[in-house]
Amino acid sequence: MSRRPEPPHELKVNPIACQSHGMCMELLPELITPDPWGYPLIAPGPVPDELLGLARRAVNSCPTLALLLTRSPEPASEPTPDVAADASSPPARPAGPGA
Amino acid sequence: MTVTDAPRIVTSRLGYEDSYTLERYLATGGYEGLRKALGMRPDEVAAEVDAVSLLGRGGAGFPAGRKMRIVAEAGRRAGPFHSQVGTTVIANAAESELTSGKDKLLLSRVPHLVLDGVVLAAEAVGATRAFVCTHDDPGPLNEAIVSRERAGLNRVPIQVVTVPAGYVSGQETALISLLNGDGPRPAFVPPRPAERGVRRHPTLVQNVETLANIALIARHGPDWFREAGVADAPGTALVTVTGTVARPGVYEVPLGTTIGTVIDQAGGHTETPQAVLAGGYFGGWLTLPAAGDVILTDRALRAAGGAFGPGVLVALPESACPLAETALVTGYLASQSAGQCGPCLNGLPALAEALGLLAFGWAGQDGLYWTRQLLGLVSGRGACHLPDGTAGLASSALTTFAGEVRRHLQHGPCHRVHRAPVVPVPAPPVPAPPAEAEAAAGQGGPGATA
Repeated sequence: MSRRPEPPHELKVNPIACQSHGMCMELLPELITPDPWGYPLIAPGPVPDELLGLARRAVNSCPTLALLLTRSPEPASEPTPDVAADASSPPARPAGPGA
Repeated sequence: MTVTDAPRIVTSRLGYEDSYTLERYLATGGYEGLRKALGMRPDEVAAEVDAVSLLGRGGAGFPAGRKMRIVAEAGRRAGPFHSQVGTTVIANAAESELTSGKDKLLLSRVPHLVLDGVVLAAEAVGATRAFVCTHDDPGPLNEAIVSRERAGLNRVPIQVVTVPAGYVSGQETALISLLNGDGPRPAFVPPRPAERGVRRHPTLVQNVETLANIALIARHGPDWFREAGVADAPGTALVTVTGTVARPGVYEVPLGTTIGTVIDQAGGHTETPQAVLAGGYFGGWLTLPAAGDVILTDRALRAAGGAFGPGVLVALPESACPLAETALVTGYLASQSAGQCGPCLNGLPALAEALGLLAFGWAGQDGLYWTRQLLGLVSGRGACHLPDGTAGLASSALTTFAGEVRRHLQHGPCHRVHRAPVVPVPAPPVPAPPAEAEAAAGQGGPGATA
């Protein structure tokens, strides 16, 4: 796999694996905050360089290995439509005007 | 469900009583496309499908040709062991929405067209096996497969798989999980099925209507396919029209037809119309009469605030409360969470409750604020798109019916909430059989009244 322009690091959660242990929120409150049920909310956007070390620590500390630090531009939301297609799943579309 | 005599491309054989038999299929020129396509190089089929920019008809609208190329490419990349195992094709007919009936119709009436598509897709991606996944009794499907095997028309073994009931069990990763021996539960992506699917090998999942269209494109060519529809969305689509229309059913219409025309085709409104739900449970509300001029293409519907989805239109009359309808659908979707992802498991019931309070009770400004918060808290936070789709529908209702929301906040539930629901939603789960129900009652559990 060749990486050309080095896409920025991003934090992702595997929501199936996540059991809301909360380690990541302890270790990286700058980017990860709990939702009302104790599951992690990740700040959108790339991980700033100065937080990379802490991000790695949070990833390594997750008891269920649910926190991922990725560089591949695997779109969590809109930009490029992906192979998500199927009967019951529209592309990540509906916006949350809740913000 | 009825079908009109509209353009009849996918459904051209429905006029025949025995449209599901191989004899009728062959007599109406059925096998030609297959024979022609099997003479082509595998990537030519995908190229033809690409040339007409056929979008998947399962709801997500992903380009079908591109998906085929991704799977074929992943199969080539996978190495020597893989080349003996081969890729897999899954024909997805596990439609879980009561608002949609097209997959059922295709499988029961023209299974051979779908199976031709399966064989062609298998050829295009180098598959060695195929599955047809459906929720219902496969009906004439098994018979169709056997008669094709006898006639030597199946290049790969095709197997029918009955998918357990459930809204998310028709999701593509859920089908893969089911075929791999787990429950029909969505999985976290990546890896996507195109990379790692059935038995960890690349797998192509296509809706049955998409496959039927692939068979037709192979047979008649891209130019013929483009004769129907509009430039950015060629071809026809099966649209299920329900709600307060005179003749609810599945209609084949050229893409680019206006919503108004389709509703007229379904016999027109039976009550004063208020809005239309475009795209089904994961779609959005469009107010009538303005929405009557919106054309049926993925792009136009999204721009208007709806979706094409699996080709679903539900007409909502003036006499129904849109907030109540949305709350009921949301409640059903919340009940369908596989319970794997925390934000979905906790957030969807909370969202359903908040919308229920908004529609049927006194929510207050706080309630509305909390509802909006919840939309943001569930969107994009599940492994599958159940939370996104549910939030999308709820958000569409809050935006489209802002006036209605205000009235409910000021005056409480309107009198229309008592009307029987218009948007069809599956009934709550069947109560436990008598023996178990008694046991539950004996323990004083809530199961007896559920």
